[in-house]
Amino acid sequence: MVDVTPADAVPPAEVAEMELYHPHSWWTKYVFSQDAKVIAIQYSATATAIGLVALVLSWMMRLQLGFPGTFDFITPEAYYQFITMHGMIMVIYLLTALFLGGFGNYLIPLMVGARDMVFPYVNMLSYWIYLLAVLVLVSSFFAPGGPTGAGWTLYPPQAIMTGTPGGQDWGIILMLVSLILFIIGFTMGGLNYVVTVLQARTRGMTLMRLPLTVWGIFTATVMALLAFPALFVACVMMLFDRALGTSFFMPAIVEMGEQLQHGGGSPILFQHLFWFFGHPEVYIVALPAFGIVSDLISTHARKNIFGYRMMVWAIVGIGALSFVVWAHHMYVSGMHPYFGFFFATTTLIIAVPTAIKVYNWVLTLWRGDIHLTVPMLFALAFIVTFVNGGLTGLFLGNVVVDVPLSDTMFVVAHFHMVMGVAPILVIFGAIYHWYPKVTGRMLNEAMGQFHFWVTFLGAYLIFFPMHYLGLMGVPRRYNELTDMTMMTESAHDLNSFISIMAFLVGFAQIVFLFNLIWSIRHGREAGGNPWRATTLEWQTPETPPAHGNFGKELPIVYRWAYDYSVPGAKEDFIPQNVPGSFGSSREPA
Amino acid sequence: MADTTLTHIGQTQPRPAGLRGVAADWSSDQRAFKNVSWGKAMMWIFLLSDTFVFGCFLLSYMTARMSTRVPWPNPSEVFALHIGGSNIPLILIAIMTFVLISSSGTMAMAVNFGYRHDRRKTAILMLLTAALGATFVGMQAFEWTKLITEGVRPWGNPWGAAQFGSSFFMITGFHGTHVTFGVIFLIIVARKVWRGDYDTGRPGFFTSRRGRYEHVEIMGLYWHFVDLVWVFIFAFFYLW
Repeated sequence: MVDVTPADAVPPAEVAEMELYHPHSWWTKYVFSQDAKVIAIQYSATATAIGLVALVLSWMMRLQLGFPGTFDFITPEAYYQFITMHGMIMVIYLLTALFLGGFGNYLIPLMVGARDMVFPYVNMLSYWIYLLAVLVLVSSFFAPGGPTGAGWTLYPPQAIMTGTPGGQDWGIILMLVSLILFIIGFTMGGLNYVVTVLQARTRGMTLMRLPLTVWGIFTATVMALLAFPALFVACVMMLFDRALGTSFFMPAIVEMGEQLQHGGGSPILFQHLFWFFGHPEVYIVALPAFGIVSDLISTHARKNIFGYRMMVWAIVGIGALSFVVWAHHMYVSGMHPYFGFFFATTTLIIAVPTAIKVYNWVLTLWRGDIHLTVPMLFALAFIVTFVNGGLTGLFLGNVVVDVPLSDTMFVVAHFHMVMGVAPILVIFGAIYHWYPKVTGRMLNEAMGQFHFWVTFLGAYLIFFPMHYLGLMGVPRRYNELTDMTMMTESAHDLNSFISIMAFLVGFAQIVFLFNLIWSIRHGREAGGNPWRATTLEWQTPETPPAHGNFGKELPIVYRWAYDYSVPGAKEDFIPQNVPGSFGSSREPA
Repeated sequence: MADTTLTHIGQTQPRPAGLRGVAADWSSDQRAFKNVSWGKAMMWIFLLSDTFVFGCFLLSYMTARMSTRVPWPNPSEVFALHIGGSNIPLILIAIMTFVLISSSGTMAMAVNFGYRHDRRKTAILMLLTAALGATFVGMQAFEWTKLITEGVRPWGNPWGAAQFGSSFFMITGFHGTHVTFGVIFLIIVARKVWRGDYDTGRPGFFTSRRGRYEHVEIMGLYWHFVDLVWVFIFAFFYLW
């Protein structure tokens, strides 16, 4: 197909110049900043900080599981608190916040050619409410009774009963309040991301010319705006059950020999609300990763993404399908077989667009000029990990396979592979990729290689054995496995091995953090476009981009984001804002 | 607020036919929704999200009501008022609904006068809308008081399923909060209209952006939405 967008065919401006807020003081420039780039860094730093807490919590769990009976301070109650907080922090306060609040804020305005988010003030509020949510969450560690130990799914009735840590103390209340705050804060940011993508693109930037990163983040944000309401409602109702004594989720129940005041509520209702949020949440985390990894692969393989239009539809299709699969998390709660059939079918159908994406990544790599840079290594690792995690998802999507495996380590291994390790690998790759734009310097390559190999191989050494343990029948959520007959000596050794690997991988993350700080001053000068990439964020006049992103004139977009190695062009990449026709671009007409 | 409503629409390439054309329209240059400002687009998307919140609340209420094994209080009796020696069912709620729907009318008129830059009439109509909204919240407070004095609590009531009180207070309370926020913002926007901020281009106190008369319409979108939600709450709580 021939690239036919001559310079004179650029459409006239429809979107007028944006009225920017110009900060007057240090405070409004760096702290209460309305600049999406500063907000992005604030989001990322906060998410990383709270993520480190969750990392330490996972070490605590592994200490207990790998060496049971050795550490007295990890009581069963503490173990449950670690599990709960680790899961909740990682899924919501780290992954969601980092992908949407961090990468979304930084990349959307730059990639679509806008000066900022459409409502910078609301965007700023979004961060501060997020920070408040994190602080409320952290405060539960210091509250009487400690944080909640209800499991990250917070299933009632146990979540608000005496036997559960934090159930009748402050823990669960602070957890629910924190989630409600998070949702309010996220909504403020999310509305901004969506409207910026839909309504504030620069001239020539049709939706079908957006980099897939923006498509991923955009679709995930739309999903989040529709899925978080269910969690919001569930949190409000559970808060009332706990604080006011209502019975939305609480059936008539006897606790410690005493009949509770509750009665008539439905625990299953909570599960439906939770998973109506919870399953889209998986893709809220995965879709930005899909998008980012597409751009990393295309850039570092110097080749246009294969099947761009198919990739976009796959993202949208996965987003839509993910709203009709939620009950596959509830097979063991019991349901009508026809419902089980329905949800198993929809679950397996999601494999189709997902497989399209995997094939297209591989076909993008095929005969590409692959540069094994650190971001590319992470991107390749993602594909492998995602395929692995996705295949066990096909097991678990079937009712008959899920029921026996549901409460075993197999599930732990599955979701850590597919929505833990895989998106985190993309986050690392993305940080190595965009760090030069954010700071003007490259991250140290040697530390990056060390970080990659230890993290990648280590993650497999942690989670592969877990599949095996799960198939043996080793249950999850148990803090003590010593007296179980199915646990052979070798299984215990395997558990210790997993724990040691977990510490190693954790250590590699410390190296990564050191690299992040060290390279700000000592990294190699990057220049404006170190990866020779086509997208608009690499074409800014300054690096790091100044307030307003693009200097005097907004860029005009003449081509899609994937003109790499176009035959007949002088260079092996043509930035989106370069006019003219260069031989045979593969941009879809 | 940054103005995005330039009127002409770039139409440089012929649109493909069929589904491709639909996709091309949606993905067209710079804006997906032509001549829709950022503020209006944002309000619509927020309302979509809020629809899901109310939808989840109402679905949860329906689940509770349909699965309960104890009798559900009879709305015609519970919500009746004792006037002139007889119980008149749903009288209060009929008045409340009338008031709120009327406020939608005054709001629509305010939007109309706003676009004519008739500051006085716009502000008066917005304040009238706010007053009707406040009346609604006041009557709701009266209704809550009446139910509470009769012994309805979030955790139980004299007539049957405990979920009646909990759902009622939660959902009408959440809706009432929406109305209250609406009243506050109506007063703020009315003040701006009255003072002529949208003519003089005075920057906003927090956002330091200039506002436009379109803010009245965006405010109206929210207000109509809150009214629409009330229709559903009315139907599911009082008529079921």
